[in-house]
Amino acid sequence: MTTLDQVRIPVASAQRPASRAWRKLKANKGALVGLFIIAFFALLAVAAPLLPIPDPNATSWSAIRKAPSALNWLGTDDIGRDILSRMIWGARASLMAGVLSVAIAVVVGVPFGLVSGYFGGWIDQIISRVTEAFLAMPFLITAIALAAFLGPSLMNAMIAIGLSAMPVFIRLTRGQVLAVKTEDYVEGARSIGLRHSSIITRYILPNVFAPILVQATLTIATAIIAEASLSFLGLGQQPPAPSWGSMLNVAKNYLSQAPWMAMWPGAAIFLVVIGFNLLGDGLRDALDPREA
Amino acid sequence: MFSYIVKRLLVAIPTLLIISVFVFSLQKLLPGDPVLAMAGEERDPQLIEYLREKYRLNDPVPIQYIHWLGSAVQGDLGMSLRTNQPVLTLVAQKLPVTVQLAIMSMLFAFAIGIPMGILAAVKKNTALDYVANVVALSGLSIPNFWLGIMLILLVSVHLGWLPASGYRPFFEDPLNSIKTMLMPAFVLGNALAATLMRHTRSAMVSVLSADYIRTARAKGLAERSVVLEHSFRNAVLPIVTLSALLFGELLAGAVLTEQIFTIPGFGKLIVDAVFTRDYAVVQGVVLCTAVGFILMNLVADVLYVVLNPRMRASL
Repeated sequence: MTTLDQVRIPVASAQRPASRAWRKLKANKGALVGLFIIAFFALLAVAAPLLPIPDPNATSWSAIRKAPSALNWLGTDDIGRDILSRMIWGARASLMAGVLSVAIAVVVGVPFGLVSGYFGGWIDQIISRVTEAFLAMPFLITAIALAAFLGPSLMNAMIAIGLSAMPVFIRLTRGQVLAVKTEDYVEGARSIGLRHSSIITRYILPNVFAPILVQATLTIATAIIAEASLSFLGLGQQPPAPSWGSMLNVAKNYLSQAPWMAMWPGAAIFLVVIGFNLLGDGLRDALDPREA
Repeated sequence: MFSYIVKRLLVAIPTLLIISVFVFSLQKLLPGDPVLAMAGEERDPQLIEYLREKYRLNDPVPIQYIHWLGSAVQGDLGMSLRTNQPVLTLVAQKLPVTVQLAIMSMLFAFAIGIPMGILAAVKKNTALDYVANVVALSGLSIPNFWLGIMLILLVSVHLGWLPASGYRPFFEDPLNSIKTMLMPAFVLGNALAATLMRHTRSAMVSVLSADYIRTARAKGLAERSVVLEHSFRNAVLPIVTLSALLFGELLAGAVLTEQIFTIPGFGKLIVDAVFTRDYAVVQGVVLCTAVGFILMNLVADVLYVVLNPRMRASL
């Protein structure tokens, strides 16, 4: 005998849309370029301890602000540290900040959006009003204010960015749930007496996942710039630990003497951000059911 | 129309109240007891008690909030620890500088983004469209503080064409004011131009495939007239409302640009306040930015109604 919880309502196979989306993504040159850029920097970040590069914090008073050379491919900074090494280690901070802050926004925001959209009523009213209020505050200003009050550190910067990005995910998820919850398969699940938590996790969440994934990818790009901005202002990664934003913060003081100090970290931020934007755009096209 | 604006203003009140709770709560995030920090090393118990009473810290938190809100509504956002001036006075002093920067950035974004969007839509799926899209994507991906640094390096350090920093008030010295603001406006308007380009292209592509445009072409109208008079006029509505929303974002985006070009505006005020732990100023700037943002949302809604005859008729 089967209990109600064991009943499986037939839904369209998840594999087919996923493989179709992957096929469309592979055909999108921009998305592939984006994926390649992200993979390249992610690989560098992961392999940083294994690469034959100098210690990113090792100073050398005889090599202060040296131009790019065979010894220091990207030059050295104001206290003689190797810029290539700091760039590679800095990739860790930037990518981690981008991914973790968006993870915070998704993990906290999506459940609120699911509850708000699914249950409606006063819960929805409260969550929606609070979300609207936070959306009325500019992202960077909120992040700066939170980071300032929480104290300067990479972790606090990630929390500040994650919390500032959260309202977008609440609103997006709520909107998607409102569209999905009246579908026949959700009505069917409800009619056989499944618990709300089962309906939300098994039937609603998988069907609102695609736009959240697209938004998350695009928000990682914004979060990487936000982390770099906070570190540039001195509110993110603290010295001597390397991050692209804090490297630019120091570099701006030596523009005429050592322009290479400013060129590389900014170029790296630009490349990674363009990578996530290209991948996000590609995912949006690939996961859009209207696009044949 | 008047009743519509009043209705929209009333809707903004709960939003503002929630923002005020957030801004008030920020000071509660601070580690440690602020009174102990104020009392100095001697920590005289009488002084500590006096300070607690003065700043109402003995009251329950909701009562503290109500007092804080009451003062904020009357324009009292506290005093700056650094300059010993009222926060609202500081904000009022710095705001015109940022508004000038935002207006110049906006003009730049219009001048670049809209023509590029129109061209990309008219030449859809050609090399020109492709290039415009790549430029827009780059504009959205480039960190504006890095763009600012690179421009200073090229235009100021190497070419010596424009000053790297500084500010001249517009009404005192208009020419030099514009000159010092050119690079910052380019930096701040760059991402906005990219956003406008994408939206203009999208709106124009949709309008250009409408039946009435086919009819206009069938009548033998010149392509220029079809594009600019028939298509753009109908595509401009979402662009204008978007611009009002983006203007609010510009005020916030100015934080880093003002920092790089040493412009004494709203953005630099918050950054300086963060570093001097002048928390009343940080709170004041966040609150004023949110109010400005909500007002720009209202302007966007009103513009939408004013420009859309169907919406106007339904009021």
